[in-house]
Amino acid sequence: MSSVAVIAQYALREAIRRRVFTVVLLLTAVFLAFFWLATHFVHNQLGEITPPADVHVDARTFAGAFLLGLAMFAALFLGVVLAVFLTLGVVSGDAERGLLQPLIVRPIGRSTLLLSRFLGAAVVCTAYVLIVYFAALAIVGVTLHWWPARVLTPGLELAAGVVIVIALSLLGSVALSSTANGIAVFMLFGAGLVAGLLGTIGQALNSGHIRHASTIVSWALPFEALYQDGLHLITESSSWLTGFLLRLGPFGGGYVHGWEIRVWALAYLLAVGAVALTGFARRDL
Amino acid sequence: MPVALAVRGLSKRYGPVEALKDVDLEVGEGELVGLLGPNGAGKSTLVRIAVGLVRPDGGEATVAGAPAGSRAARASLGYLAELFRFPGWYTPEEVLELHQRLAGSAGGGAERARLLELVALVDAKDRRVDGMSKGMQQRLGVAQALVGEPRLLLLDEPTSALDPVGRRRVRRLLEDLRARGVSVLLNSHLLSEIELVCDRVAILLHGEIVKAGTPAELSRPRGIELETDKGVRLVEGATREEAARLVAEAVTAGRKVYGVRALSSTLEDAYLEAVGGETD
Repeated sequence: MSSVAVIAQYALREAIRRRVFTVVLLLTAVFLAFFWLATHFVHNQLGEITPPADVHVDARTFAGAFLLGLAMFAALFLGVVLAVFLTLGVVSGDAERGLLQPLIVRPIGRSTLLLSRFLGAAVVCTAYVLIVYFAALAIVGVTLHWWPARVLTPGLELAAGVVIVIALSLLGSVALSSTANGIAVFMLFGAGLVAGLLGTIGQALNSGHIRHASTIVSWALPFEALYQDGLHLITESSSWLTGFLLRLGPFGGGYVHGWEIRVWALAYLLAVGAVALTGFARRDL
Repeated sequence: MPVALAVRGLSKRYGPVEALKDVDLEVGEGELVGLLGPNGAGKSTLVRIAVGLVRPDGGEATVAGAPAGSRAARASLGYLAELFRFPGWYTPEEVLELHQRLAGSAGGGAERARLLELVALVDAKDRRVDGMSKGMQQRLGVAQALVGEPRLLLLDEPTSALDPVGRRRVRRLLEDLRARGVSVLLNSHLLSEIELVCDRVAILLHGEIVKAGTPAELSRPRGIELETDKGVRLVEGATREEAARLVAEAVTAGRKVYGVRALSSTLEDAYLEAVGGETD
């Protein structure tokens, strides 16, 4: 256990020292500042939105859920950027640079090393995603005076999605060079997002084929399904027309959701971890 | 002699390339063994198998009786890779502390101070690694390998970036370690260094040990050199035992003898003979 703590500390220190961490923090600060500004302007114009009398749309709920959905996407995206840059070279990259060999010959074991690197990255990225999510939630809540029905679970699902990306990136680092791994993980992430948007469109158009294709991708890449579930949770209490209009947009969420996908995401994480550990144990360095 | 490292029938293939072919090698306790060979001969592969970085295709390697790569084996050895790097933002003190924690060494600050003194990095102990020269980093690598007082050291080109003073320091360190019973497998291109410090030498070529023995066994007599008033004369093929007779003959012939020297081939000659002049 002490070896896990030593390597996790090493990974944490590496995360803090890397310039990418500083860049991500700066970008996050810029994003949150613009997000606050946008929310502020939306709030100022909220009173001017006058839907037809027979259309029962709650403009405040619509604006709040839409903006928070946008912030959740940003938190997921920036969290994934951080996760990938912290883990893309943990095995192949560090071995090529000669950083891994002095550590791996110590009596800690390869599985301990990989697990510790996973924990280190997971702690940093989870903290980051939760901070961005709750900062955005606070901006929307305080400025627009709107709070989603479910506050904690969407944030946890976002963080869990990023943790799955960390596991995929570590698995990739066992077999691929840093650059190839970074490209592969970002392409997977992009594929997940596109599938998510397709699923939303499929749901709005009531297209069974599109929904079916998107559902398959969501189960194959459950980080996307967790994000969709998080979006679903912030809009689930919206009245039917407001909810319907929200689900027409990119931040509606919810064509794959519920406990099944959460349990599957956990099983998926364990399976990816097991494959990564097996691959690392058999890898020549 | 108890065995610190035993390699039997070791083989390893990288695709079409046979890096090691049925290699046998032993390093006894307190023995300093040098591994020589051109680039690509399989030296680093052998060392990497011994420390558990690479899995052999056949044969076995044991460290202090434990299978190479096992936790027990790794706990008994110190390793300096040919290409290594420490995180640039660490100081030498922090690098050693990290490795103490990973190796389970209870040496604490006293061990770190002793190791830094040993490799002459006391003045640089608070400097960041990325601000250190290549030679300083290599000396830090040697210190790192010594963390936890391992019984077997595997050093892959430990002096490639060192200046002559640094090389002499490492050489003395190796002699001191041998005197304390530490076993060393030294992989180096510097033949003179191997010749000076190693008890035994193994020469690898195309994954096979083509020659092995003590430096004295690997060298052979080249003749006797006589310096007389008529100049220097080499009697090729003559042995040390014939020196007295050759001097007597020269004196009888009226020569003034100023010096006599038994010549033998160097390790470099033995090496070049073994590898057939093969270079990188």
